Parts: sequence; C-alpha cells; structure tokens
Amino acid sequence: MTKKPFEGINVLDFTWIGVGPRTVSYLAYYGATVIKVESAARPDPVRHATPYKGGISGLERSYRFAYLQHVKRYDITLNLNHPKGIEIVKRLVDWADVVADGYTAGTMEKWGMGYEDLKKIKPDIIMLRTCMHGQTGPLAKLPGTGFTLTALSGFAAITGWPNRPPAGLYDAFTDSVVPLFNAVCLIAALDYRRRTGKGQLLDLSQHEVSIHSIAPLILDYTVNNREPKTQGNRLDYAAPHGIYRCEGDDRWCAIAVFTDAEWNSFCQAIGNPAWTKDSRFSSLSGRKQNEDELDELVEEWTSQHPPEEVMVRLQEAGIGAGLAANLKDLYENPQLKHYRCFEELDHPEMGKLSLYQPPGFTLSKADYERHRPPLLGEHNELVYTDILGIPDEEFVQLMTEGVFD
Amino acid sequence: MAITEGMLSPYRVLDLTNERGFICGKLLADLGADVIKIEKPGGDPARSIGPFYNDIPGPEKSLYWWAFNINKRAITLDIEGADGQAIFNRLLKKADVVLESFDPGHMEKLGLGYPALAQINPRVIMTSLSGFGQTGPYRDYKAPDIVVWALSGNAYLTGDPDRGPLSPSFPFAYIVAGAMQAAIGTMVALFHRGITGEGQWIDAAAQLSLVPFLGPEPLALWEEDETIIRRQGRLIRRYQQISAGKKAAWVDAPMLYECQDGDISFVAFAGPGMGESTAALSRWIESEGMAGETLRGVDWMEFEWQTVSQDIVDEISNDFIRFFKAHTKAELFEEAQKRDIMLYPVFTSKDLLEFDQLIDRQFWVDVEHPELRTSITYPGPFARPSETPLRKYRRAPLVGEHNEEIYLSELGLSKHDLSTLKQAKVI
Repeated sequence: MTKKPFEGINVLDFTWIGVGPRTVSYLAYYGATVIKVESAARPDPVRHATPYKGGISGLERSYRFAYLQHVKRYDITLNLNHPKGIEIVKRLVDWADVVADGYTAGTMEKWGMGYEDLKKIKPDIIMLRTCMHGQTGPLAKLPGTGFTLTALSGFAAITGWPNRPPAGLYDAFTDSVVPLFNAVCLIAALDYRRRTGKGQLLDLSQHEVSIHSIAPLILDYTVNNREPKTQGNRLDYAAPHGIYRCEGDDRWCAIAVFTDAEWNSFCQAIGNPAWTKDSRFSSLSGRKQNEDELDELVEEWTSQHPPEEVMVRLQEAGIGAGLAANLKDLYENPQLKHYRCFEELDHPEMGKLSLYQPPGFTLSKADYERHRPPLLGEHNELVYTDILGIPDEEFVQLMTEGVFD
Repeated sequence: MAITEGMLSPYRVLDLTNERGFICGKLLADLGADVIKIEKPGGDPARSIGPFYNDIPGPEKSLYWWAFNINKRAITLDIEGADGQAIFNRLLKKADVVLESFDPGHMEKLGLGYPALAQINPRVIMTSLSGFGQTGPYRDYKAPDIVVWALSGNAYLTGDPDRGPLSPSFPFAYIVAGAMQAAIGTMVALFHRGITGEGQWIDAAAQLSLVPFLGPEPLALWEEDETIIRRQGRLIRRYQQISAGKKAAWVDAPMLYECQDGDISFVAFAGPGMGESTAALSRWIESEGMAGETLRGVDWMEFEWQTVSQDIVDEISNDFIRFFKAHTKAELFEEAQKRDIMLYPVFTSKDLLEFDQLIDRQFWVDVEHPELRTSITYPGPFARPSETPLRKYRRAPLVGEHNEEIYLSELGLSKHDLSTLKQAKVI
C-alpha cells in the first residue's frame, strides 16, 4: 500500500483559535500525527465560542471549535507553568518534526521554548510561527484577531458600495487566507528537510501574508498613487457584471459578461428583448458607459425568474452565472456533493455533526482524512504513556501533582 | 552551500496558468523553484488586465501581471500545434510540476491530459486549477470570479443588509482560495513523490476552497433549526443560547465603525483572555467622560453575549460609535496600542505603505525595472525562513524574455531552429 504523504511526520501543535489549527490541518489531512497541546486551566478560547450544539454551553460543544479541529489530532493538557510540565514538553519536542506556534510573539520564549531552545533539543526541528505581525519589529506583540486583521490588510476597504462606508467581509476573513500561505511554506520546509536534513524557523506575519493577495492594488498605489475604490460588484473589463435580484425572497444570481460575443449569447439566452438591440449596449465600452441603465434592464429580466433558472439558462449559453447560494443552497449543491463538501461525523457530546472543510483540492494518489474534533485532554494517557513511554505509576503521580492541568 | 539556495531550488515548474492561477507559481518561485511561465506567442491575454504602469495599457505595463509573475522566467510557445507540443514534451522531461488553469478538459483535448504527461514523465505532478473542479455536474460551467464567489456562499453573506449580495472590488476569490489550494496540493504531492517516486494529478477547485471561508455560524444555525443567516455588513452577530423548540436568536454589534477620517475595526470581546481589550477601551472612553451609565457598569470579564439584550448592546455600541467618531484613525490606533486594545484602522494602500511595523521588518522591496529605468515598490517576502530566505525579487518577465536562454542554452535548439519556429508562430 502507498504510504500517506505525511505518514511518520510528527507535529507538536501549540496553535489555537483559527489560523494555526487550519495551517496544521493540511499535514493532518495527509497522515501526520498531530498533538494539540492545551491547558486545562486555559483551553483553546474557541472552545468557548458560540453557537453551541443544541444551545447547551460546554467545552466540547462549540461549533467553531469543531469546525477548526475536524482533522485527526491528539489532544493533551499540559501545565507549562509547572517545572515538570516543561520537562515533559521538551520530550515532546524531541519526538516532533514540527513545532507550530500561534501565540503572540514572545509567549513561547517565556516557557523557554523559543526556536533556539527547541533547536538545542532537536537540531533539525522546524518551527512554524504565525502571529499577527511577525516575530520582530516594534508591534510584534500587538494582539489581534482575524476580524481586525481583515481591516488592517486592506480587504475591508475594497469591499463595499460606492459612496458608502465599506461593508467589509464576512467573518474573520484573513483567518481563511493566512493558513493557505502558511501551509505552502511549512510543507516546502518539510520537503527541504527531507532532502537536506536541515530544520529551520519559519516566521510568518499574518499581516504580510494577507497583503500578497491584493498585490496589484499595492502596485497601483506605489506606481500610480491611486487608492483602491469600492465599486460594488462592478469590474472594469466586464458588463453586465453584478449580482442581480431574482424571483423569490432574497434570491440573487451573479452574472458576468466579458466579451461582445458573450454579450450576443446573453441577449439570445434572455430572448432578445427590444432593449438588447440598443446600439449603446453593443460594445463593452458602451455597456460600461451606460452601466446603470444596463443593470436595471438586466435586473428587470432576472427578477422574473428564480436564480436557479437564470443560472442554468445563461450557463447553457456559455455565460458565467451563478446563484448567490445560502446555506441551504450549498447543502443541495450537486457540485459540492460531488466533492463531499459536507460530511457527517459522530461526536460523543455533540452527536451527529455536519461540517464542511475538505481540502480544496483532490490528489489522485492520496485521500485525505477527517475525524471528529478531539475532547480536551482526551489523549493524555495515550500520548504520555504510549508515545512518551512514561510508566503508568509515574503518569498517575504526575497527574496528581497537577502537571497535566 | 550558497546562501541563495531556496527551499524549492531543485524543482522546475512549467506554468500554463491564466490570471486565476498566477499566484500559485509565484509562491513556488519565491521559495526558490525555477518557474517557467509559458505564454501564447505574442503574450498572455492576462497582460491586458489593469491597472497599468502610469495608466498606459500595454502587455509590458500590466501591474496585475507584474505582481503575480515576479520571479518567474517566461517563454512563448504554442502548445496547441504539433511542433509546439514536441518542444513542450522535451521541457516536460525535465519538469517536476505542470500548473494549468484552463477550462476543465482543455488539456485532454490538446492531448496533454495527466495520463499523457505521465507517460512522458512518470514523476511529473500536474496541478489543475478550475472554478468548480475537473469532475462533477458543474465541471463545464463558466467560472469567473464573481460567479464562484456567489456559488460558494460568500456573496450571500457579504454586504450591507439593505442591499444585495456583494463581492470584493478586486477579484481575488481564485487568488486567495483556489490558487492557494493548488499551491498546497502541489507541495503535498511533491513531498509525497519524495517517498513514492511517483507523480500525480491535483484537482484544485475554487468553489470548494471558498466554502470554509463562511466560518461555522451559517452551518451551525442551519443545523440547529434551519435558520438561514443573511449578510450583516458592518455588524458582527452574537448567537444566544438556543433552547429546545425555540428559534435561534442573536444580538448585533458593530465591527466596523466610522471615525473622523475613515473607518476602524473593533470587536467587543468578553470574558478572560479577550475581554481585557474591551475593558481597556471602556476605561479610555470613561476617562474622556464619554461612557454612559450602562457601559460604566459592564464588567467585560463577566459580560455574556449569550444573555444580553439588544437594547443593552445598542446602548454600549452607541457610546463606542460616538467615541470613535470624535477621534481620528491615527489617534485611535496609537492610543489603542498603548492600552492593549485590539482596535485596528481600516487600512488603505497608503496606510499600509506607511505602517511602521512593515517598514521596520523591511517588508517593502524595491524591484528594478531596467527597461523603464525605474524601480518599483512591491510587497516583499511572504515568509521569513531562517535557513532559506525567500528569493530576491526579479521583475516579472517580458513576453518571451527567456526564449533564447531556455531554447538555445538549456534545450539545445539551434538559432536556425528558433528562427524557423518563430516564423511558424510556434514561439
């Protein structure tokens, strides 16, 4: 049988909240052994995030935690403020190939777990560090979240309607963007280590990573001194280009027409109403110049049809169109079903749990793994006795001393 | 070992992507891979995407092209014809990765599907990026950025509540999701090949990649009682205890606020670990005499979003709104740093370029553009690996810039061959 890509790779995971766990997930999907280190006194704060399953609060009931931790990992609790806790964590570092740190800069150093310390224990360790602003610089220790970082990265400013304050993006947007960059760098470092035997420190600033997604807009400023604008759903080189109201309650469909050939197909697909023959709309520049009127006319048509029908009719004519899906639409979406986007897992406290989050790619020679989220400290015995080889009596002794709190 | 060695130095990547996928090869190039962008003779159509240098459109002036093709080399080659394919196959023998983002099925139609490539080079990894994936009922759907954004559920949840669904004013759905997933998939496959010796095919789908961007709430509420969450614009929604038989309920508080000269982002977290930031803000508002009775009475360590009423939230929010409106972005951000408040301005490009932290980390780099006799400031390294620093930037390639270097020196074609191929419009 073919080995899984990361079989035999061990990850000691000190990340929490959103970015770090999702970064590490890419190793876990493909066979790495991941140990998530929590503290019973201060578990991953996301365990406290609402909504809870069935509305009943509890450390094992947060949907957000489940959503972030749906790939197999062992969960242990360890008291790093206990001297014996530090001894044990050092043994885990020796076991690990990768140590992932998602705390604010300087936190790991307080426990004597900076990169230089880890390297003394395990010379070829890879340490991935992901925090808001990177490990150096005057604001390295400034805390934040993906909500605020979305504002600071320039994403919020480019999402909105003209002549209105920006609407911003939904949820903690950068928490979805940053892990992807992190994962590319982390796997590249693993590959480098596989070939050369050398580990290293990877310092990734969540802010810097995010800015790369909008690099052309940055250049527009550094070259042309132009700030980006919010322009609703419009795009300079397409018209109609928008999300149009359809028949039904809050039902909408995106339509994007780029070339004149597409425009002609579009007109035909909607039955060539008289206004489509207006010469002002026959070229892209004409459509751009008269875009307000064009959008109204397009919407007059779309609002008489359900979005599914608009989408299918236009797609069959070779025009980009897609309904603005809500969660129900996503559940029923045949393409997402085809890629197993939603899968049900069994959870001892939450019961049946449906989550979306396969990787966004499929490998032809390796399948990905999914798993229910781990319970707090669920694998203490397995990790401490089986993996680290601590004798049972000592394990119990350490437990009573509060080392695993 | 030379210090210029990058993490991915031994690898060669043939990059056939269009604008949807440029960033995938760009990251691999930054990490040291030799990424060769293969363009149609005459240049890639994406060179016509603006904005442009000094606002003058032209294939060598596209800032979109520059930003996402930096550090690559480029050749022109018509991979549709037999002569071009013969050359492509020679390049393929020495390649580790082929990236492509044509409409699904296009490569097969050209006779360049994965099985065909694997026959020539069994170790090659082929990464295909598309809107909906290489298989399934939507495989042949047209997939421009806004359409994928809509069908992934993101549009429905983005935008002001009184208007329709919204997409960002820069089409980056493919960039931040699909192309990045393609890059991760490529890396997993490269690592896997290190163990098995075999290449494989990666099918990266932008729609699938974008669904998790929704976060858990829309799914949770649907699972709980089939509540459909709608867009809430500048607000952040806090879900309340749902009890059996009752529909989901919530309170809304702002996440984006106007201040004197722009907007800021602040989320009022509560409870140990996160509530300290809100407590510090409340103290600051109080010290300026702008905190009402309700806000003064809140203990942010004890405060529970799960049980508070919307009226109370509004009273608190209104104090925040008034306070922020009375200050500038700079004042708020500076003082927030001193007081450990998680408050950030809504940055525009200018703010980013002037941000001390990025300047101190030397994030911005000047890249020479010799033909224009100038250098231009770009976002710098996306990561700081201690042993293998990212490649120093080399501006994006001109049309066919590396034709001679690659065809003559590396592939061993003669000048005569090259001239024949040029006349036949293969190159």
